[in-house]
Amino acid sequence: MRITQGTFSFLPDLTDDEITAQIQYALDNNWPCSVEFTDDPHPRNVYWDMWGLPMFDLADAAGVLAEVNACRKAKPEQYIRINAYNANYGKQTVALSYLVQRPSDEPGFRLDRQEVKDRQIRYSLHPYAADAPPGRRYNGQQ
Amino acid sequence: MSEAPTTRIGFGMSSPGQKSAGEGASEEEPASEEETLSPDARVSLVKEREATGIDEVFESLDADLVGLTPVKTRIREIAALLLVDRARGRFGLSTSRPNLHMSFTGSPGTGKTTVAMRMADMLHRLGYLRRGHLVSVTRDDLVGQYVGHTAPKTKEVLKRAMGGVLFIDEAYYLYREDNERDYGQESVEILLQVMENHREDLVVILAGYKDRMDSFFASNPGMSSRIAHHIDFPDYTLDELDDIGKLLLRAEGYALTPEGEQTFRKYLDNRKAQPRFANARSVRNAIERARLRHASRMMTTDESVGRDELTTLMPEDFLGSRVFTEANGEKSNSDPA
Repeated sequence: MRITQGTFSFLPDLTDDEITAQIQYALDNNWPCSVEFTDDPHPRNVYWDMWGLPMFDLADAAGVLAEVNACRKAKPEQYIRINAYNANYGKQTVALSYLVQRPSDEPGFRLDRQEVKDRQIRYSLHPYAADAPPGRRYNGQQ
Repeated sequence: MSEAPTTRIGFGMSSPGQKSAGEGASEEEPASEEETLSPDARVSLVKEREATGIDEVFESLDADLVGLTPVKTRIREIAALLLVDRARGRFGLSTSRPNLHMSFTGSPGTGKTTVAMRMADMLHRLGYLRRGHLVSVTRDDLVGQYVGHTAPKTKEVLKRAMGGVLFIDEAYYLYREDNERDYGQESVEILLQVMENHREDLVVILAGYKDRMDSFFASNPGMSSRIAHHIDFPDYTLDELDDIGKLLLRAEGYALTPEGEQTFRKYLDNRKAQPRFANARSVRNAIERARLRHASRMMTTDESVGRDELTTLMPEDFLGSRVFTEANGEKSNSDPA
């Protein structure tokens, strides 16, 4: 199951040229970019691991893309995203966040039903990938 | 809910400079968006030149920078090569991306930083650089203070410089011969790697004094061979210094009387012979001090002053300098003012 998180996630996966153009758009708006990765695909998992520090004062997309490629090399089977942060007063939030890599095989989610008192049912989503310990979740790889 | 493994679409690994086969030439050549010209077609290099607006850069280079003939000649050669490469690209001829890392050597105040700034602008106009900004750094910005600090620091600076020019002032400080544990060596190694692998992303310009840069290159032969253009900035002659002074005065809105011009020339002649002479920078300092003396002279007059008095520097504004007293035989150890 192809997970859809962040901007552009209902489009076909971005090519590197499209990613470069999006990074450049963020940098032209003075939004510093950062690269994050995770192997926990749960939609409520907002705390991804940082790949290095956010990159400030960049002018050209090549610097961010170099970090993305370094991260892809180190974590070929994990989700990687780029966050662009708008630091302007009154905004101060992530302005753009999109996936730039996903694992080759995404097993999807299981729906868990939990029976609680008075025959009520609680539902929760459980990613199949989370059955394996962190670091070995997708094809046993990082 | 699970699906069979699918092949990955997109997210392939490549850098913006190198596109996969079949996608046409690289993006930094706007001409290549057009169809490849037939082998018997003609292109006008003059038109190509005008399209880049490179002539404006040359004009401002000639107008703002006095002398420096060898430097200007080399810049014109580089511009010509890049223009011809663009034209070749339009015929579908393969053009390898020229190596444009440079080293600027010369005495203090010979215009190395100024030329580097123009160079970034020129390379941007010629389509060699995507952004054309200049990131000026020294050893402090590249080399860390403890183990493991240098690499991230250098890489961050390199990332900032991508798409533009990385100007490393006093580059010889990066390598200290007397201390083999110095972290500068690590920084040099990362620089070398990026200069080789990210040639399409940035241009590195190293600057420094001639003799010390020579010994820096002697101890880092890899660095020397990766730099295609070793440009030496000559010292200015007296006439050139005079022209620089006049250019600076005009920019500041001052004028010299004919006697003032003679005194200024004599000042330069004397100053040139004294130690710690820093070419154009010394000229600028001389003018700053003359302005100070001029201002205090204005404050001591009781009469009302007009536009002429406020803009004209007199010989005595220069004669007050220590340069003249020292030239008359009274030597002192302090910095000549």
